[in-house]
Amino acid sequence: MSPPPKIRLRIWFTENGKVRFVSHRDVARLFERALRKLRLPVAYSEGFSPRPKLSFGLALSVAHESDAEYLDVELTEHVGIEDLPGALSAALPDGIDVVGVAELEPGAASLQQAITSCTWSIEVLGAPPAEVTAAVAEALAATERPLERVRKGKTAVTDVRPAILALEVVGPTGGGIELRADLATSPVSLRPAELVEVLGIDGLSEGRIRRLHQWMIIDGVRCEPVRRPDPSMGQRWQRAS
Amino acid sequence: MTSVWPQLEPLLPKVQKPARYIGGEDGAKAKFPDPSLVSWCFIYPDTYEIGLPNQGLQILYEIVNERPDARADRSYAPWGDLEELMRAEGVPLFSVEHHTPAAEFDVLAFNLSAELNYTNLVNCIDLADLPIHAADRDRSHTLVIAGGHCTYNPEPLADFLDAVVLGDGEEVVGEITDVLVAARNRPELSRRQVLERLAAVEGVYVPSLYEMTYDGPRVAAITPLSPAAPVEVPKRTVADLAEWPYPREQLVPLTEVVHDRLNVEVFRGCTRGCRFCQAGMITRPVRERPADQVRTMVAEGLRRTGYDEVTLTSLSTADFSDVEAVVAGIMDDADGGADGNGAGAGTADTGCGPVSVSLPSLRVDAFGVGIAAQLQRARRSGLTFAPEAGSWRMRRIINKLIAEADLYEAVEAAYSQGWTRVKLYFLTGLPSETDEDTLAIAELARQCVAIGKRHTNRASVTVSVGGFVPKPFTPFQWFGQNTSVELQRKINLLRDATRKMKGVQLKWHDPKATLVEGMASRGDRRMGAVIEQVWRNGGTFQEWSEHFDLDLWLQAVDDAGLSVDDLCHRHRVEDEQLPWDHLSAGLHKDFLWQDWQDALAEVGLEDCRWTPCYDCGACTGYGIEHVVASATPPAGGSQGTGSGQDWRNPQPVAVTLAPSRPATTPAAAGQPVAADRPAEHRALEEAR
Repeated sequence: MSPPPKIRLRIWFTENGKVRFVSHRDVARLFERALRKLRLPVAYSEGFSPRPKLSFGLALSVAHESDAEYLDVELTEHVGIEDLPGALSAALPDGIDVVGVAELEPGAASLQQAITSCTWSIEVLGAPPAEVTAAVAEALAATERPLERVRKGKTAVTDVRPAILALEVVGPTGGGIELRADLATSPVSLRPAELVEVLGIDGLSEGRIRRLHQWMIIDGVRCEPVRRPDPSMGQRWQRAS
Repeated sequence: MTSVWPQLEPLLPKVQKPARYIGGEDGAKAKFPDPSLVSWCFIYPDTYEIGLPNQGLQILYEIVNERPDARADRSYAPWGDLEELMRAEGVPLFSVEHHTPAAEFDVLAFNLSAELNYTNLVNCIDLADLPIHAADRDRSHTLVIAGGHCTYNPEPLADFLDAVVLGDGEEVVGEITDVLVAARNRPELSRRQVLERLAAVEGVYVPSLYEMTYDGPRVAAITPLSPAAPVEVPKRTVADLAEWPYPREQLVPLTEVVHDRLNVEVFRGCTRGCRFCQAGMITRPVRERPADQVRTMVAEGLRRTGYDEVTLTSLSTADFSDVEAVVAGIMDDADGGADGNGAGAGTADTGCGPVSVSLPSLRVDAFGVGIAAQLQRARRSGLTFAPEAGSWRMRRIINKLIAEADLYEAVEAAYSQGWTRVKLYFLTGLPSETDEDTLAIAELARQCVAIGKRHTNRASVTVSVGGFVPKPFTPFQWFGQNTSVELQRKINLLRDATRKMKGVQLKWHDPKATLVEGMASRGDRRMGAVIEQVWRNGGTFQEWSEHFDLDLWLQAVDDAGLSVDDLCHRHRVEDEQLPWDHLSAGLHKDFLWQDWQDALAEVGLEDCRWTPCYDCGACTGYGIEHVVASATPPAGGSQGTGSGQDWRNPQPVAVTLAPSRPATTPAAAGQPVAADRPAEHRALEEAR
């Protein structure tokens, strides 16, 4: 006898403004409380310290904003999801808004398994536009981009060029230049701050950084974890997987 | 009102835990900063994680924000990394709601719960861009005031504070606001005249209206300088806690803090009469909250906050009348939804996951463990007891009359019901303590482990020892504190004695920090120069062991021409004028002196909730009485009686029940101070 299929919701939310200074772990706790406030039938782990079964995808670094954060929640029974985005947003702090909720099909891949890349808006500060533009072109033309990283106390050099899937200069911001980048999360990953580093300009630093999309590959097609609304469909959301 | 947010925002990515500085908590008021309103900035002079949960601060914050003519924001001490950037960029201390500079508020009101925060108070005034000395501030400057347990001896901070509030803040915060609203229309009043109006408010002490003279190490006289300054400033006591169901909307922070759960205060005050315990002395009389109000506050609080844990707070929650029924009622309320959802009984099921209920401290007897068992059917790992002293002789002296049999019974109950770790809190350096008394701590621990081993091989005991600091308005206020060398010697004795005991782990509080606490706790106005110099030399966050620096203090004491011996180790004498004699916690000085003599004679004193009155002064002085719902002590006897004593089976005595609620008893008021300091310490200790 196989266990009954798990009921899972995928929640798509944004993080903007002051709340971007809240850590990933604290955001998880905010969701735990919001789900309890709504009295949703969240599934709990077994054992002496039962925890609600939530699973986040990629962590968002402190101080980064995002239009595309996702969270999967396991439930013990089906619930209506039409009103959930509004109700969850109301139960969460200002700056965290739930824009979509979808029920996952049984067996759908978890966020950790499925996400392969993200699109970022990255503001860089401290260099003239021409120099940044040249550095971007140089990075794209390069076949290798070695990056020295310290992991678990050991220094290792990784070629991160394969993780730069797309990169372009968008234009000037108030105090710097905005880049847009598609960066892989696997098999080789590259974080926005590391991208700024591998551009190789002395004194270049990061300003505001925003995640615009997270991407997964389903049947060879790149798509988002919760499909964005088609204007013709009104407020209904579709599963991406 | 301006906002420093545009200057602050670019600094936040560069500091640790930036969520400390953004506000936005559930329950935050962020009332529109209309300049016509009298504005308060309540500030806790330690980090956000320590300060945010402070219930006293939250209570007053709500009460002020409910007034149509006033508003309140909050602030906390920025950690050193941000302070450095703020000073470099010229960003002043700010409130977390509107990021308004602190100096733009009418009042900057500190909560003082720990002596080692005194230098942080000075630092916060300076970071606010205000002159640190009250004497250098004029009518245009923000008023700097303080409340909280430490302000029962505010003299070490007299140089820096314009006014100090004694006791429960619920009512007096409104009366102070009234004075400031009236002063708004009187621009011709000088700062001194405003302060004189504040001094007329009962419970408000204005240090600059008094002169203190000295006779060597002693205070010679404390003299009012103005007809507006009362000869004795009484504390405030709220008579009925039922009228103050605050905080109504406890703040739920965006980031993790200590005591990160719903807290509901079930009573204020304590009459067990432990002689070392300042909180128990200064918060008398006992005022219980009606049980049905407790239930409502818990149920509504859980629903509103989404917390899955609630603590019923007080100085000794197991003493709450009929506590078992109250706890059972709370579990029933929480049990609104599906039954038996995984978590098991003991945690209640609200239909949206398990909820657990906890008490901040356990009574040392089987009754206490029974309640713990009722609450904590899952997650049984560690239980904490506070016998406070190792020998029966010593426990009689401190009037914590726990017989060894009580402790062993409690420990037996704990291990036999599935707990594997027991934590025991002790003080060392108590009056007349001998090495035999000290070593009795190790012996108790050894016996407790032996009891535990009968039930589980994993049985362990953690012994936590703190040096005793005599506090104002306690019977031990005359006692000369042990030197840090002596305290360390006693700790070493215990370390040697427990080294080879399997299953016993010893932890201790740094005696050097205890020394500074002792100086600040009973010092007079001359300590102000010491605090100022330590602050000038960078000595902030002294509560944090990585920042604490005894040498800064010793140098400053020396430079001020003072002596550590006089400040800390000297026994005070009966006819001596104490630096806080012009203030009143409601206790008669002769009662405290008699209790001190009884202590030295090893005579215990019963809990007056269930025995005739000793006339300590706390009730009679205010025309109120202990408000308890039950005329008999809790089942299982009461700590403070002890086994084998005549009063083990006390006769019920007449207890005044509130006329309107005879069944449940209303209670009184609110010490705005909330989380007591040892609890914070413990939480911190555990957090690290």
